[in-house]
Amino acid sequence: MRFLLSAEQREFARALDGMLGAAGTPAVARAWAAGEHRPGRELWARIAEAGVFGLAVSARHGGMGLLSAELAVAFHELGRHAVPGPLVETVAAAAFLERLGADAAAGEWLPRIAAGEAVVSLCAEAPYALDADAADAVLVVQGDTVRRADGHGPLQASLDPARRLFRPRGGTVLARGPAVAAAAAHALDLARLTTAAQSLGLGRALVAATVSHVTRRTQFQVPIGSFQAVKHRLADALIGLEFAQPLVHGAALALAAGAPSAGREVAAAKVAAGEAGYAAARTALQFHGALGYTQELDLSLWIRKARPLRDAWGTPADCRRRVLAS
Amino acid sequence: MDLEFTAAEQEFRAEARDWLAGHVPAAPLPSLETAEGFAAHREWERRLAADRWSAVSWPEEHGGRGASLLQWLIFEEEYYAAGAPGRVSQNGIHLLAPTLFAHGTDEQRARVLGPMARGEVIWAQAWSEPEAGSDLASLRSTAVRTAGGWRLSGQKTWSSRAAFADRAFGLFRSDPHPARPHQGLTYLMFPLDAPGVTVRPIGRLDGKPAFAELFLDEVFAPDADVIGAPGQGWRVAMSTAGNERGLTLRSPGRFSAAAERLAALWREAPEAVSGPLTDRVADAVIGARAYQLFAYAHASRLAAGEGHTPARTEPGAGDLGAASSLTKVFWSELDLALHETALDLLGPSGALAEGAGEAPAHGRWAEGYTFALAGPIYAGTNEIQRDIIAERLLGLPKGRR
Repeated sequence: MRFLLSAEQREFARALDGMLGAAGTPAVARAWAAGEHRPGRELWARIAEAGVFGLAVSARHGGMGLLSAELAVAFHELGRHAVPGPLVETVAAAAFLERLGADAAAGEWLPRIAAGEAVVSLCAEAPYALDADAADAVLVVQGDTVRRADGHGPLQASLDPARRLFRPRGGTVLARGPAVAAAAAHALDLARLTTAAQSLGLGRALVAATVSHVTRRTQFQVPIGSFQAVKHRLADALIGLEFAQPLVHGAALALAAGAPSAGREVAAAKVAAGEAGYAAARTALQFHGALGYTQELDLSLWIRKARPLRDAWGTPADCRRRVLAS
Repeated sequence: MDLEFTAAEQEFRAEARDWLAGHVPAAPLPSLETAEGFAAHREWERRLAADRWSAVSWPEEHGGRGASLLQWLIFEEEYYAAGAPGRVSQNGIHLLAPTLFAHGTDEQRARVLGPMARGEVIWAQAWSEPEAGSDLASLRSTAVRTAGGWRLSGQKTWSSRAAFADRAFGLFRSDPHPARPHQGLTYLMFPLDAPGVTVRPIGRLDGKPAFAELFLDEVFAPDADVIGAPGQGWRVAMSTAGNERGLTLRSPGRFSAAAERLAALWREAPEAVSGPLTDRVADAVIGARAYQLFAYAHASRLAAGEGHTPARTEPGAGDLGAASSLTKVFWSELDLALHETALDLLGPSGALAEGAGEAPAHGRWAEGYTFALAGPIYAGTNEIQRDIIAERLLGLPKGRR
């Protein structure tokens, strides 16, 4: 057993972290929230260049095959930098099309997803499609039917301004039958895993920023980080993240192996990482004081993303029930 | 990255499972915290030792199997899954023994470890004092030089198992005027039946004498029972305190087994009872899995020669350094939440104490709950652990406690 990221996986994370850190993601996210997608699409292309989308696409279609562990590593960094866009939805759509089998849609979309040329939103048994206005395709799964929407309703602003929701409309049926439901279940697991990894990275960034703030911020002539009330809540935030991380890695391995327990493991990771990311956001908000409650502070982009990530692709209650299902 | 066990590890698991299936008593032993139960648990330690299962991570020369940390985790998973008895020797095996491996002499290891492994000598920890709890370095018990050894005087308290144990290990002030409180302490072993020792059992919350006060009046301890150098006791104690907080005292296997029993209880409960408790049951299952995987990651880091490595090669290497404070808070809160949930699932019978005739599962949940209530207090309170996490892992400035 070597239950540790490999040197290559760590190097992959470092490289992505460096690239995203230099990309000015807060400005990209603010533009995205305003419906200005150009900076986001440019960053999307660089994320594709780093090989991220290819991790969900088979070699036949120009990718690396489904590499769950590497996807978890990548989405941890995407979360750390609060990158906007339907990142999870695009890799989940790729996994869905791969699993569905070789048909025209797979041939049309998978190479473009791997190359970063296609932004795809996926909406499964849910009313809204994330960032449908920015997507080149919106896939809608209902029961054993998948269709490609041909339009969407007006913007429904969400609690995270960089997560823009739309009700998909109409469209043509791409496939129908039990294979659709099976592929959707597979895509759901991958969406949960990558969302969990994003939550974890988001939480790491929030704790780091808050530690830095409470070390510099002085009240009563001492750094507020020297107070136990501050220390203990930050310690709890760290504990949540430290114990969610092995669950995310374990779930990635279970998914990669196609283990019968994969759905439960992914659900457990989603609960733990989602709650840990949200607890980190609440801690960050509290210790930044009123400053943290302003839109102007870049950290607000992270703070506002934590709750939607916690609830996306299966609320904690849904996922907890999945953990206990036999 | 993988979670694969080698063929040797799988064989080790199978061997442990077989042995336990053939030896674990069908009915639970009487409570460890009673004279009768203590004797029964001592006998169980003897049976474990006879087949070299009492301290698997020790070297073979001391009665162990030279097990790696991962093998030890496997053993613990099997041990608790089999419903095997609590370990009356745990303070010796998991606290004193790592100290002896790191700081003891060959003579001490040869003399102390065998009887410890066989349950012939049960050890109690004598660290806390009435005025020295979280601020342990303020302790006042003294060790005064005498011919061939030391005279120990003072009062120790909250000494687990001391009501029935044979010997104890603890810290004593050998320099009455040190420059700093952490200096001038000496780590010593001493007998609990020697002249000058008075043991006064203390009833824990449910009245069982789970710990004791020790009054020491010029108790003799020979030089051979000093661990490490005189005056270096703090360093000796702290270098292995991570074992208590870290993995070894409360292994992931305990919680995996308890979470599985909790999930079974949840499945058997009527929907009206189980429904509202679903989230809490799931959280216990998730928490137990998280601790198990956290431990696998730690074992992997050790095997890869990364992360915290103890100063000297220690069998088991359950010491995580400052990260052990993460696990201490995590397992103690998990244990309590898990048992509280179990009592809620049991409904009216959840109120029955361990000894009640109709107590479910032979009172196991009630006993586990009472035991879990102490978790956030012993081995360094969770408040102290959070201070350590904040200061040493997050780098926050020191402040007033």
